[in-house]
Amino acid sequence: MPTASRDVVISNKLGLHARPAMQFVELANQFSSRVQVQSLAGENVCADGKSIMQMMILAAVEGTPLRIVAEGPDAEPAVEKLAALINDKFGEE
Amino acid sequence: MEIKKGIGVSPGVAISTAVVLDAEDLAIPRRPVDPKDVEREVERFRDAIKRSLEQLRELRTAVTSRYGKEIGGIFDFHTGIISDTSLHEPVISTIRAQHVTAEYAVSVIIRRYASNFQAMSDKYLSDRVKDIYDIERRILHNLVGQKAESLSHLDHDIVVVAHDLLPSQTAALDRTHVKGFATDVGGRTSHTAIVARALGIPAVVGLGNLTAEVSGGDTVIIDGNRGVVIINPDEEQLAEHREYERRREVLEAELRELESLPAVTLDGHAVSLQANIEFPEEIDDAIKRGASGIGLYRTEFLYLASGKEPTEEDHYNAYAESVKRLGGRPLVLRTLDLGADKYTQAKALSPERNPFLGDRSIRMCLHDIPMFKRQLRAILRASVLGDVRIMFPMISTLMELRQARMILKDVEEELEDEGIPFRREIPVGMMMEVPSAAIMANQFAREVNFFSIGTNDLIQYTLAVDRTNEKVAGLFCPAHPAVLTLIRDVIRAGHRNNVSVSVCGEMAGEPLYTLLLLGLGLTVFSMNSPDIGEVKKIIRSTTLEHARQVARRVMSFDSERQVLHYLREETRKIIPEVF
Repeated sequence: MPTASRDVVISNKLGLHARPAMQFVELANQFSSRVQVQSLAGENVCADGKSIMQMMILAAVEGTPLRIVAEGPDAEPAVEKLAALINDKFGEE
Repeated sequence: MEIKKGIGVSPGVAISTAVVLDAEDLAIPRRPVDPKDVEREVERFRDAIKRSLEQLRELRTAVTSRYGKEIGGIFDFHTGIISDTSLHEPVISTIRAQHVTAEYAVSVIIRRYASNFQAMSDKYLSDRVKDIYDIERRILHNLVGQKAESLSHLDHDIVVVAHDLLPSQTAALDRTHVKGFATDVGGRTSHTAIVARALGIPAVVGLGNLTAEVSGGDTVIIDGNRGVVIINPDEEQLAEHREYERRREVLEAELRELESLPAVTLDGHAVSLQANIEFPEEIDDAIKRGASGIGLYRTEFLYLASGKEPTEEDHYNAYAESVKRLGGRPLVLRTLDLGADKYTQAKALSPERNPFLGDRSIRMCLHDIPMFKRQLRAILRASVLGDVRIMFPMISTLMELRQARMILKDVEEELEDEGIPFRREIPVGMMMEVPSAAIMANQFAREVNFFSIGTNDLIQYTLAVDRTNEKVAGLFCPAHPAVLTLIRDVIRAGHRNNVSVSVCGEMAGEPLYTLLLLGLGLTVFSMNSPDIGEVKKIIRSTTLEHARQVARRVMSFDSERQVLHYLREETRKIIPEVF
């Protein structure tokens, strides 16, 4: 099973709040790969990238480093698109 | 067996199987579920999720079309959470592993997530806990709503146990199979109490945490006479209450025979016995029980049932339907009487310090003229369909009455301009429930077509007693000579000015006061329809002459104890079964 991963840093002002988190989850659900998001700040909490509840609990504010890990047939495009969404600041600014 | 003491607010005894309704905003008790019913709880949870998602979709569409995509998008987050398997899986496994209700599992899991949010240091994120609770409410509401809906089609008798019955819940009940209510909270004028009396079924309120102690399926005795609820009664208790039920049925069979007979005294004096209603559906039963019309239609239930302001068409449809069911009999529509004890306080921006003396009833209507006009338009439009009359509640000064009449005049002119037909000279009456109005009844009589004495409020305002306050409720007494003097004077002022007078408060339906009211010259009694039989029996068993003597005697007493004692003696001679 192919796996892929990317490290990103939350750079939009409000962090991974409700709307960006929803955008992330919706995008993640378009891929068949399993998507895990790990917070690299402090406790290394891990969340299911397809669950809004878990993504919110990451409490990823501006500046939080995250690792996106995908596992499945479309792992590479998944991490690429998801990392791009975060780096684009969710089209916020 | 467990005996719980509360406040009996509607008489009678019911023995039946309990259905427990959980309301929103509650700590949901952990209630065990039979292992064989576990999958049914899972199914209920799935249904509630499906329903919540449908509602959100509708809400999103409505909000988007009104306020644009940006605002509509806020519901995406709720939709995301509700469809999240990270929510579904732990709820379902909690139901299966611990054998608990879907409500309990939902609230445990959601609260666990909520505490995660609350602990976040970022203000924006920790604020999302409000959304989480909102989501919990929506799911729970759909779980409870399912049950409420299933209560609209029952195949066996039940009693309803709830924290507090919501108007939307009572409106949806299957009335033929619901035999009693018991609630954790509430007073004598609570929604539960009013509906129970209207349906003629026993109710006990103020039972503390009854919902936590009763499980669905338990046998429960609701004794509305003594204000007691017995959970899983023993044989002796069952036998005693079945005996009471039997005696009551004998009396009711006797009263049923009176249903088609006129309310006439032995010396040929006829009075009109009418019914108080909240819903048009009650009319058929009222007529069956011998009501010659509707003396009080409490229109506020249109507002309470849906929780939002009804449109003109909502009003019109309810009134038109009522007129149709009445087949020419009179219908007195009381305009909106909200405020104080009813739900407005909870919704008010700043709760009033003294709501019973505050912005309620006609005062509220005069402060919101567009709302008031919507109702008046609907009443006037319905007035061409039958004998419709308008009644303004809680009038305390002549100016209020004149203002209300002026607004009515405005609405008439608007309809005139639009070419919409309405009954000109529609009879206009007022409630006599504030002492200032009762004292000035002679002046008011020149400006209205009828008076209707609302005894509950008249007593409360005359005696300065809040009867929902258990510490002083004992002071609340219709037999207080001050109250009786006001009632006598209003009836006299009516007679003198050719204005008909009715009593539509609870006193009219209490057999204890029938002789007295008859003797004071009352000709219209409006009550909850289950009370018509007993009152009619008394009227048909006495003469006007005798009733007048009783009234004269009563008016010579100076304490309510003497009054009550004497009336009990006199009434017992006519219907010993009741006392």
